[in-house]
Amino acid sequence: MAQSAAMAAPAESVYSDQAIRLFSLAAVVWGVVGMLVGVIIAAQLTWPELNFGIPYISYGRLRPLHTNAVIFAFGGCTLFATSYHVVQRTCQTRLFAPKLALFTFIGWQVVILAAAISLPLGYTQGKEYAELEWPIDLLIAVVWVSYAIVFFGTVGTRKIRHIYVANWFFGAFIIAVAVLHIVNGAAIPAGMWKSYSAYSGVQDAMIQWWYGHNAVGFLLTAGFLGIMYYYIPKQAERPVYSYRLSIVHFWALIFTYMWAGPHHLHYTALPDWAQSIGMIFSLVLLAPSWGGMINGIMTLSGAWHKLRDDPILKFLIVSLSFYGMSTFEGPMMSIKTVNALSHYTDWTIGHVHSGALGWVGMISMGALYHVIPRMYGKTAMHSTKAIETHFWLATLGIVLYIAAMWIAGVMQGLMWRAVNPDGTLVYTFVESVKATFPYYVVRLLGGVLYFSGMLIMAWNVVMTVRSGKVVLAPIPLAAAAHA
Amino acid sequence: MESLYLLIPLSVGLVLLILGVFGWALHRGQFDDLEREGERILQADSVRLDNGQGQQQPPPEESPEQVNVRD
Repeated sequence: MAQSAAMAAPAESVYSDQAIRLFSLAAVVWGVVGMLVGVIIAAQLTWPELNFGIPYISYGRLRPLHTNAVIFAFGGCTLFATSYHVVQRTCQTRLFAPKLALFTFIGWQVVILAAAISLPLGYTQGKEYAELEWPIDLLIAVVWVSYAIVFFGTVGTRKIRHIYVANWFFGAFIIAVAVLHIVNGAAIPAGMWKSYSAYSGVQDAMIQWWYGHNAVGFLLTAGFLGIMYYYIPKQAERPVYSYRLSIVHFWALIFTYMWAGPHHLHYTALPDWAQSIGMIFSLVLLAPSWGGMINGIMTLSGAWHKLRDDPILKFLIVSLSFYGMSTFEGPMMSIKTVNALSHYTDWTIGHVHSGALGWVGMISMGALYHVIPRMYGKTAMHSTKAIETHFWLATLGIVLYIAAMWIAGVMQGLMWRAVNPDGTLVYTFVESVKATFPYYVVRLLGGVLYFSGMLIMAWNVVMTVRSGKVVLAPIPLAAAAHA
Repeated sequence: MESLYLLIPLSVGLVLLILGVFGWALHRGQFDDLEREGERILQADSVRLDNGQGQQQPPPEESPEQVNVRD
């Protein structure tokens, strides 16, 4: 080891952080873009005139652009950046195939740009969260396999025998997303920008929601739990509350998540027993989810004062409370009788955003605030006050958003099911739309607050990067081998 | 429900794979000294702790683990 390290002198003894820098800056850029599109479509839902009759910026085309931008561009770049960071630091080795890691960066940006062009033009497979047409799907597959090679190659060449729990979460996320993408993406091309799903009817729906739910389970949950298990202990400077529980959390979560998809298809043509299985597994998921949430929050046990002074820790810990909220709400909504009220209403949108803005967004921002200064030779962001402001804008925005959608959703559900004694509907659909208007205004306000927090973050990142400089971080073990 | 003929075997296959990986981790001693592993990431220069670990599995520090990582 000493010999090989000496031969390849500096390169072998420093971490390869270039891909981390690129991905974390891209995450901030795509966060701004994705959230801006979110604000635009929230305004379009409130005032449909804002579609301006232009097909390219109509709600139906911008909505998938918003979801793809925040999930795969903002969330995806954050996951790439943090997983490359965590796997190197915990394995005490540099990235396996750093050039391939740079390829994943370029490839992923091409995918994002292709999405940003093809979706407004109306090219879509019509599958939620899997809208991109087959040529882009193929590129995703290539990038993802490269990602897996870099990540597992790094784990395979680790210098620490124990594989830290965060890497297990990242590893499961990478494998699961590969399987999901390939199975759900199976399609017969009918021209360059048109394809038909390999499945049809309710079969297609089942495959789609097996994919959709597990994309939430593995990309938006397992991946970000990997972030949680590294950055909360690092930022709090305390080991995770119970490392043993984190291991139980991991195995329990990945054993149960795969089976919950049918809860997206309650009261459809899907067989009743399949719906019930989906509901039961969704309820079981409450246990590992809350185990993990408590484990993360209790990491601060005995050091709660840190939460008062450190806005980054606020982001990380409050994200967990939203994780707890949405992983309680989710199983409740999967109960068939509750789902009869909530399905197809804005309650679902509120639920998704308590997970997306609260959990995924805030844990990402916390982790990026931790990692970006360290990638530019600093220990803190340019302005801690700005992080604090961002935190409160984001929190207030989420609360407004979720509360508005809860009220709107329950109201819609009740209006749609209200029946006169003679069996006719009490309300027409358009009456429920009219009644929702004030809540759409409040939701837009919440979204604007959340987006303005993201703009502050972008400014803070620019200032940090401008005054920082790239430094090569030595690998402690490699340095020890030199000495 | 032909799609279930695809999804159920796939999910069962994944569960078996997960079980296999879990067995591998268990037998390779991944879970032997858990509480210390939680603290390791906080050691800025985790050299001391790592040296300790090296001694548990004597001279060829990395070779056995590296060869068998993906068993």
